[in-house]
Amino acid sequence: MTPVWTGIVLTIVGCYALKLAGLSVPERVLAHPFTIRVSELIPLGLLGALIAVQVLADGDRLVLDARLPALGVAALLLWRGVPFLPMVAASAATAALLRLLS
Amino acid sequence: MRIPGLDGLEPSDRAVVADSLGVAIAVGAYGVSFGAIATASGLTVLQACVLSLLVFTGGSQFAFIGVVAAGGNPVTGAVTATLLGARNMFYGITLAPLLRLRPLQRWAAAQIVIDESTAMAVTRTSTRHARLGFFVTGIGVFVLWNLFTLIGALAGEALGDPRTYGLDAAVGAAFLGLLWPRLTTPLARVVALAGAACAAGLVPVTAAGVPIVLGGAAAVLLGLLLASRRAGEVT
Repeated sequence: MTPVWTGIVLTIVGCYALKLAGLSVPERVLAHPFTIRVSELIPLGLLGALIAVQVLADGDRLVLDARLPALGVAALLLWRGVPFLPMVAASAATAALLRLLS
Repeated sequence: MRIPGLDGLEPSDRAVVADSLGVAIAVGAYGVSFGAIATASGLTVLQACVLSLLVFTGGSQFAFIGVVAAGGNPVTGAVTATLLGARNMFYGITLAPLLRLRPLQRWAAAQIVIDESTAMAVTRTSTRHARLGFFVTGIGVFVLWNLFTLIGALAGEALGDPRTYGLDAAVGAAFLGLLWPRLTTPLARVVALAGAACAAGLVPVTAAGVPIVLGGAAAVLLGLLLASRRAGEVT
């Protein structure tokens, strides 16, 4: 099995186990205030980290390129209430256009 | 496909079904961006489709390909994806008393416990409408998300270098789109920014993929500290 497939299988098992646990385990086991607070914070911290790495990293270097203005366009469109798919497409087009011009 | 406890539609069901199908169509179409970004990031069409069929939780799927595309270890990708999927467990806790499913039904229903199916179920006042909202949304998103993943994956493969079309930037935009509706409080915004800052700071000094997990963890710790300090101020 290639490393990517190993990662895919682990992701499948991990994500399904969490979904099933939520439906099956008695509420008092998981619904502790601390657990709930952590679970609300995890998507915030991880998505913030994912955005930074996706937009600023090139291997082990930080670089400023067309991806940052593309993220700015995405933020502007989200703020204006533009739906997900056109927002992503406009962000990609911004990066593509900037690269074409430079 | 038969929804547990439902035989035929009553007039009051129509609005629930219509809302759920609307959400399913809108969300299922995102699958095209996942499929295109997945194959443009170096995954095969089969790998993209297996992720959508068997992982079936968009944030985690994007997280996995984000880490792998950045050159990270796929196991780190799996850890990141699973952590991001932890919210589905809490959706399940909320859904269980609403849906009141038998053990075997839970095994099937678990796969469609996602943001949208939960949102379309929790607002209902009866078990009947909660089930209807949950299953119509969940199954609708499942079918369309997988169909659009395949279309996007084939398109992404045909496109060639993802950078030409800005698809690498599209991943950042997709993550921001997932994050945006959560940024409702000052604490949420601080935690997200802290995650971004820590991860960026770690990029030059750690292996690919590690900044995401460590940056995210640092931000969660900061969030816990800030929240407990605020709780202390109130009392």
